[in-house]
Amino acid sequence: MEELIFNLFIFVLASFVGFELITKVPPTLHTPLMSGANAISGITLIGALIITGGSDSAYAQWIGFAAIIFATINVVGGFMVTDRMLEMFKKKEDN
Amino acid sequence: MSQFLPEALQSVLPNVIQLLYLLATGFFIVGIKRLGSPATARSGNQLASFGMLIGVVVTLFDREILSFELIIAGVVIGALIGIIAAKKVQMTAMPEMVAIFNGFGGGASALVAWGEFARVDPTTIAPDGLVTTGLSIVIGSITFTGSFIAFGKLKGFINGGRIALPGQNIINLVLTALALGLVGWFTVDPAYQTVFWSLFGLSLLIGVLTVLPIGGADMPVVISLLNSYSGIAASMAGFVLGNNLLIISGALVGAAGLILTNVMCKAMNRTLLNVLFGAFGGGEEGPGDTGDSDKTVQKTYADDVAIQCSYANKVVIVPGYGLAVAQAQHVLKEVANLLEEKGVEVAYGIHPVAGRMPGHMNVLLAEADVPYDQLYDMEEINPQLKSTDVVLIIGANDVVNPAAKTSPGSPIYGMPILNVDEAKRTIVFKRSLNPGYAGIDNDLFYSDTNQMFFGDAKKSLQELSKAIKDLD
Repeated sequence: MEELIFNLFIFVLASFVGFELITKVPPTLHTPLMSGANAISGITLIGALIITGGSDSAYAQWIGFAAIIFATINVVGGFMVTDRMLEMFKKKEDN
Repeated sequence: MSQFLPEALQSVLPNVIQLLYLLATGFFIVGIKRLGSPATARSGNQLASFGMLIGVVVTLFDREILSFELIIAGVVIGALIGIIAAKKVQMTAMPEMVAIFNGFGGGASALVAWGEFARVDPTTIAPDGLVTTGLSIVIGSITFTGSFIAFGKLKGFINGGRIALPGQNIINLVLTALALGLVGWFTVDPAYQTVFWSLFGLSLLIGVLTVLPIGGADMPVVISLLNSYSGIAASMAGFVLGNNLLIISGALVGAAGLILTNVMCKAMNRTLLNVLFGAFGGGEEGPGDTGDSDKTVQKTYADDVAIQCSYANKVVIVPGYGLAVAQAQHVLKEVANLLEEKGVEVAYGIHPVAGRMPGHMNVLLAEADVPYDQLYDMEEINPQLKSTDVVLIIGANDVVNPAAKTSPGSPIYGMPILNVDEAKRTIVFKRSLNPGYAGIDNDLFYSDTNQMFFGDAKKSLQELSKAIKDLD
């Protein structure tokens, strides 16, 4: 229970940081931001690694394996497509 | 991989891992911060991806991880799919892409919770661990199926309109309450497999049923909200595994998604509850004026538009999704260049809901090399419109409809719009007089200062480009 409370503190504080960071983003960047944030949510990949690599049961390993594929698509695809979008944003002088 | 390290390092390894997780968290926070400005955004995304790399590599040194075959296979398969999808996707299809990536992320979190449930004896998990496992399954599964339905709607596989049973909202609320009840039951009796599977199945079903009734025009809000869910799901998975990096990163994304959702709702003058539970004009009739045969429009043609624009001091372009559908961004940029060569000031006015997700139009114009300092948000462009000579409205409709300001009975009443009617002249590029996505007639078309340039957006712009060149 103590650990849960401690983790709740972290969760709430991190949420506040997220609100503060994101309120200042201009609408121009909302699509790349959504896409980039979405890639970060693929962090669950780390959990998938622990399940897959740290289980004795083959059943749990295969579930973890599916989770790794899903999360990696999210992470790799998400960061790459965000980069592709941001690469195109140019200031006038650069043209 | 920890067995390959020297003995001395092994004893401090758990602490080193945690410290590197802290470093990765820092990369995420600074990365998101830098995503906030066009000049630094690309480096911000790269920093965040570097943080992710640190997190993943460090985790491989975790003592718990003993076998690597499946890990390597999974990462290779996932990375290949991700790379191909990210390289191939058209910029116009970005909302679908984000939706489906998001679905995979949420699905992964649900699977992680399931995997944890499968690898240990559930009766040995403390109650708080069971609650977060249950919640992770619920939120992750809803994100998974909800995102796939959103993807299907955007792609047109599924009818974009409202698909709803009578009393759908009540059904959804009851099912959600039932799911939360099942989380409680699961916490009390984790060994009872039927409860676990009912929870899983029910959550997948809720994802389908909550997104199906929402119309295609509201999908950006839904994707944004699901993006937030996928963050919260990752955070819950972090609670299950006791992993701070997951908790923090998930919370950051959860907050990001909520803020963006709020921005979208404000732009459409709707509340989130209204988007989720009541569709456009649900139950009410639309603006019932069908007998508008007495209203007339002024038609115009490329030569005339070319003259009006070339002799203007200032031209504002209002692009809508129709522009992107016609793949006309590049021709538009060509027209803008020609006008600038003639000394005309050109600016783009972007409504927050132009395109199909917030900021989508900016990406589409960036693809056509339109510099971002020529793109103005609604609040920035509205004061400039009074002094604008010509406004070209291309593929946009509802975002310039004065009914949002003048007719309280209209479904879009109250939505902030671009005040193009204040400009000296507006020219609407449109195929026909058909109403827009929201199905609402637009009085702007019949205004004295408005002219209609009928035809396909791309073809019309090509004609215009040629006509401007011919003026010389």
